[in-house]
Amino acid sequence: MIGYLIRRILYAVPILVGVNLITFVLFFMVNTPDDMARAQLGAKQTTPAMIQAWKHEHGYDKPLFYNSSAKGIEQVTDTLFVRESFRLFLFDFGRSDANRDIAEDIKSRMGPSLSIALPTFLIALVTNITLALLLVLFRGSVFDLSMMIVAVMIMSVSGLFYIIAGQVLFSKIWHWVPISGYAEGWESIKFVLLPIAIGVFAGLGAGVRWYRSIFLEQVHQDYVRTARAKGLSEIAVLFRHILPNGMLPILTGVVVVIPSLFMGSLIMESFFGIPGLGSYTIDAINAQDFAIVKAMVFLGSVLYILGLILTDISYALFDPRVTL
Amino acid sequence: MSLYLLWTDILVWLLVVVMATSFWRMMRSPLARERWYRIFHAKVAVASAIVLGFYVVIALSDSIHFKSTDSGYGNQIVSLLDMAMVHRKSTSERTYSAPFADHEYTRSIVTDEAQKKRVQRFLPLRYVQTGHFLRDTIEGLGTGILFAALLIGLHLWWRARSAHKHSPASELHSSIPWRTAYTVFALLSILLAWLYIMSFSYHVLGTDKVGGDLFYASLKSIRTGVLIGTLTTLVTLPLAVILGVSAGYFRGWVDDLIQYLYTTLSSIPGVLLIAAGVLMMQVMMESHPEWFASTLERSDLRLLFLIMILGVTSWTSLCRMLRAETLRIAQMDYVIAAQAFGVGRWRIMLRHIVPNLMHIILISVVLDFSGLVLAEAVLSYVGVGVDPTMYSWGNMINQARLEMAREPMVWWSLFSAFSFMFVLVLAANLFSDRVQQVLDPRSDA
Repeated sequence: MIGYLIRRILYAVPILVGVNLITFVLFFMVNTPDDMARAQLGAKQTTPAMIQAWKHEHGYDKPLFYNSSAKGIEQVTDTLFVRESFRLFLFDFGRSDANRDIAEDIKSRMGPSLSIALPTFLIALVTNITLALLLVLFRGSVFDLSMMIVAVMIMSVSGLFYIIAGQVLFSKIWHWVPISGYAEGWESIKFVLLPIAIGVFAGLGAGVRWYRSIFLEQVHQDYVRTARAKGLSEIAVLFRHILPNGMLPILTGVVVVIPSLFMGSLIMESFFGIPGLGSYTIDAINAQDFAIVKAMVFLGSVLYILGLILTDISYALFDPRVTL
Repeated sequence: MSLYLLWTDILVWLLVVVMATSFWRMMRSPLARERWYRIFHAKVAVASAIVLGFYVVIALSDSIHFKSTDSGYGNQIVSLLDMAMVHRKSTSERTYSAPFADHEYTRSIVTDEAQKKRVQRFLPLRYVQTGHFLRDTIEGLGTGILFAALLIGLHLWWRARSAHKHSPASELHSSIPWRTAYTVFALLSILLAWLYIMSFSYHVLGTDKVGGDLFYASLKSIRTGVLIGTLTTLVTLPLAVILGVSAGYFRGWVDDLIQYLYTTLSSIPGVLLIAAGVLMMQVMMESHPEWFASTLERSDLRLLFLIMILGVTSWTSLCRMLRAETLRIAQMDYVIAAQAFGVGRWRIMLRHIVPNLMHIILISVVLDFSGLVLAEAVLSYVGVGVDPTMYSWGNMINQARLEMAREPMVWWSLFSAFSFMFVLVLAANLFSDRVQQVLDPRSDA
């Protein structure tokens, strides 16, 4: 197990180097350090000396991939790419183009992001599984059929519609919750209630359909027939046999997203004015602040790989057939 | 007036040709033909296919562009759809107006000639002719009914003629629920004809903030949505199929390399990767103004780049599936037999493996379509979607975002965009469900 984990973590290193390479190439292919310096210093009256000074100050005065002036191994290591990647690996995100400390920003914005993403995730998981089990119990009935039609319809509506309609209905017309904003501590509940509800509802269609298909696959297995033949009631079969066996494929889809919950939801947060990582990313995209985008890409990849490792561990824990 | 094809036009017609030939080839095999007909045995599938057909026809009619050199104001590139809707393309009101309204939605200050003072008043709309509502309605409905009756009649006649030939194909043919097909077709034609005829006298879906007709905007957005949904697969498929099959068939270092490639790509959060790509593209296009001659061509080029970025970022999951399936198929007896006969590697991949992956590819293509149409709206909202000057549902929603907060509400822009999108995505979802049900060997249909 420990050996497996170490191997997985070592395997993550080349992947993260690849991720850095992609962002690095995307970034510098069109935007050279000279361009960045000019943009930061303002277009007017920039002398080559000033650009050189700015580049030196921000560490952009190294060559991109290959330093011909250095010797030996330093030809590769004393370059912009290796230095920048190395800094990211130490989670040193540096400063944004607008000169804010990115690590500090990320730390303070994680809380609000989680306060929406985590409840949405948990409530959605429970509701989806409950509804799916209910549909499996009444499979083939009119109830099942009509709910499946409703599920396709829920899936087919753009997520933006739910947000806009929810804000109009619950905030503007009924005045139940504020339209947008955020507060610290328990005050935040009234702000996060609507985003959570909308998040759960928007995912209901796809979620219920997915869980239902997983449970239906189990229904036709031999062990279910055996359980029925023993005289177990349909409900006992459902909860004691189908649910635990269905949980295994569900683990693959669910565990992998848990770490990524930290990243928050882009759309939700920007619509509801939640100062989380999602809206942080959107603001960075709109301001074309590549330093933040780069940091978020790296963070997202780390969390995704963490999710993959967690998935494997959870398999080893819950599926006796799997050993790591 | 001369034909002028934009980049995306060329690609979309290329896709039509590719799809038509592969469809024709597939139809030659009786097994595949039987499968395809089975998809259409369900009423839902027939109905949604017809809805999709309407969208595709509108999108294609918007993909034939002409350059008019004779008009006074410079070179203008217009599509067939623009020509049909020219009465709403060039006429713009001053501000918001509700669907079928004859006055503007907000008061403006005007000088009253009789009383010699400034008053607030709802001004009448400039390009609306009221008073013919009933006559236009009858005309619209009549046109729709005539059109539908003509085409359905033609088809009935063709069916009656080919019914004499008792071939297995005609039996498959007759088990399609034609009545559903005719009903949906007739209803849609009548609705569309009515809206079209009415659009000459009214703004049938109202106007937006700057007075643009929303019916025209919604129709123009169809092309953007359909193109993003379909052309992206043109980029995705070669990447996913070539890489996935090679990884599964060659194994060894090829497999390692391809696995590394798609793990890396898929570990980057999708929206961020797209955003980074689009940011790069924007800078690149700003520094190369010689690539496009007009606003239309710029937005078209941007759409093309967006499609490429979407394609490059979304092939990984299909590739993973194809690799796993190839690993399985490569162990099958018929592949081993082919190897024993000395059939070359490429030939085995092409003739023995890829045809057995077709169902996975097809299912993923139809499944991805609706997701891509919805993604366009979100991306445009985030600011990394299509060009802001381009007609798209995402842009319509983005521009109308604050209208619900107005007092009184302006609901029709959002309504038009969301309902056009909903119908397309719903039809695509229902159709893909059916395709999956028939083609997926695991489903117990």
